Amino acid sequence: MTLSAQSLLSADSLAQIDKEVAKYPADQKPSAVMAALRIAQVEKGWLAPATIESVAQYLGMPTIAVYEVATFYNMYQLEPCGRHKITVCTNLPCQLQGADTVADYLKQKLGIGFGETTPDGRFTLKEGECMGTCGSGPLCLHNNHTMHAHLSPETVDKLLDELK
Amino acid sequence: MSAPYTGPKVCLWTLDHANPASLETYVANGGYSALKKILAEKTPAAEIIEQVKISALRGRGGAGFPTGLKWSFMPRNYEGDKYIVCNSDEGEPGTFKDRDIIEFNPHQLIEGMVIAGYTLGAKAGYNYIHGEIFELYESWEKALEEARSAGYLGNNICGSGWAFDVHAHQGYGAYVCGEETALLESIEGKKGQPRFKPPFPASFGLYGKPTTINNTETLASIPWIMRNGGQAFLDLGKPNNGGTKIFSISGHVNKPGNYEIPMGTPFADLLVMAGGVRDGHTLKAVIPGGSSAPVLPAEIIMACTLDYDSIAKAGSMFGSGAVIVMDETVCMVKALERLSYFYYEESCGQCTPCREGTGWMYRVVHRIEHGEGRPEDLDLLMSVGNNIAGRTICALGEAAVGPVQSFIKHFRQEFEYHIEHKRCMVGA
Repeated sequence: MTLSAQSLLSADSLAQIDKEVAKYPADQKPSAVMAALRIAQVEKGWLAPATIESVAQYLGMPTIAVYEVATFYNMYQLEPCGRHKITVCTNLPCQLQGADTVADYLKQKLGIGFGETTPDGRFTLKEGECMGTCGSGPLCLHNNHTMHAHLSPETVDKLLDELK
Repeated sequence: MSAPYTGPKVCLWTLDHANPASLETYVANGGYSALKKILAEKTPAAEIIEQVKISALRGRGGAGFPTGLKWSFMPRNYEGDKYIVCNSDEGEPGTFKDRDIIEFNPHQLIEGMVIAGYTLGAKAGYNYIHGEIFELYESWEKALEEARSAGYLGNNICGSGWAFDVHAHQGYGAYVCGEETALLESIEGKKGQPRFKPPFPASFGLYGKPTTINNTETLASIPWIMRNGGQAFLDLGKPNNGGTKIFSISGHVNKPGNYEIPMGTPFADLLVMAGGVRDGHTLKAVIPGGSSAPVLPAEIIMACTLDYDSIAKAGSMFGSGAVIVMDETVCMVKALERLSYFYYEESCGQCTPCREGTGWMYRVVHRIEHGEGRPEDLDLLMSVGNNIAGRTICALGEAAVGPVQSFIKHFRQEFEYHIEHKRCMVGA
């Protein structure tokens, strides 16, 4: 049985989703699906099948249509991950500015590779694509939404220390 | 080189002020005056479009299509809803200009969208913002609230009785959504897979309604054009290439960043503004218009001016004005391997030649880079490329081919060395 979004998501998340729905014509609720999945993911940490189903039900969409969206865009998290997801851009401009050194340093320091999570569940490391901020590379995103620029082993140390 | 440019800037002028993003800064320097004047005088749409045509403003997202002409495609007497959409899905490696407009001059983009909405008779506007710059999605929403409170958006704009609103829509990690019809699909809550054209968005766009889609820098240029006139904008650049333009320069320069300078500025001048090539190194190659643009060796790019015509004549694309600089330490095989992986990763999978071909190209470049290249691989790469280009719904296929074929064309020796010696000749 599908759990309703009302029972799965907080009142705050639902209010945020309603605000997104209001941006679009009344008969175009699916336009808010990308935002709704993002809001649900922020609350839950990842998109479990039950969460995706509840978003579908809330927006009046077939579940498969919401899965199509959740699997197409690469910032949706479809399996559990660490408390802190670090996504490093390794694309050419960042690479030229030292992204490989930063990525290797992160891997060595955390003892994991791309796509892996530390055993204590604190960090997940991901390889990312262009974040549209190449002039300030190397770059990473923390939990999809906070960008850290001009990375070096020193700034990586500082960042990791701050993320408990 | 000539003296550094000190003339007017169209988009990033607010950076010369203490609080560049604030409504106060914008209004104190003439912001929203073009909109007020248009609404007060009820300027006919045809007059606005004429000014945009005179300005020779061309789409700043990469295609360079004349903006005034695009606007004139919108049906005038259509009875139903129409939309204006701003494309801020900036994810082409090397491109990072629109993010700075959103961060440092958000109100000029809003004013541009409102003027576009008025001119084209739109009901609402949506700005699709690249997912990875989520902090700017949030800050731009705040700017929208400020504009609503000040009466520049909403049900009674500047007391004119005209209603129009603008909203932010987030991307969430898909390069292909920078393609205009994929972007529309995405706003409709679907996978971002491009549509067949025709029909073009001007007749069948968002929700099937007539829609005009312009790049962020394009729309942000509109208020300046309406305040100063199309001719003044044209005069900033050169014929057929009006205005100043933001160049995003990244890679091996001392001061990567955005530089807004006139169209037609020599490439050598931009390089100097960006602090020159990394200290102690020499220029090897430049990708002049975002990662899809064919690479140019140093001696060719150093002779170019930065405009559509000069870069096209040199065999590349002006694109989005994203300039990726590489010095002599760069292995061109490794650089191409990373770009090829990008297109393979970002192909939406809809068209077989792109879905399969980008994977083939990546795997072949990967094996060359990793000492497993075969003598026939370069011909194979050219052949796979030829079988992608022109056989896909959108331009991502061609975008993936451009780097592969141009890297081999200009740096064939390096690829052959890799294949023959199983290692890199750079530093060898």
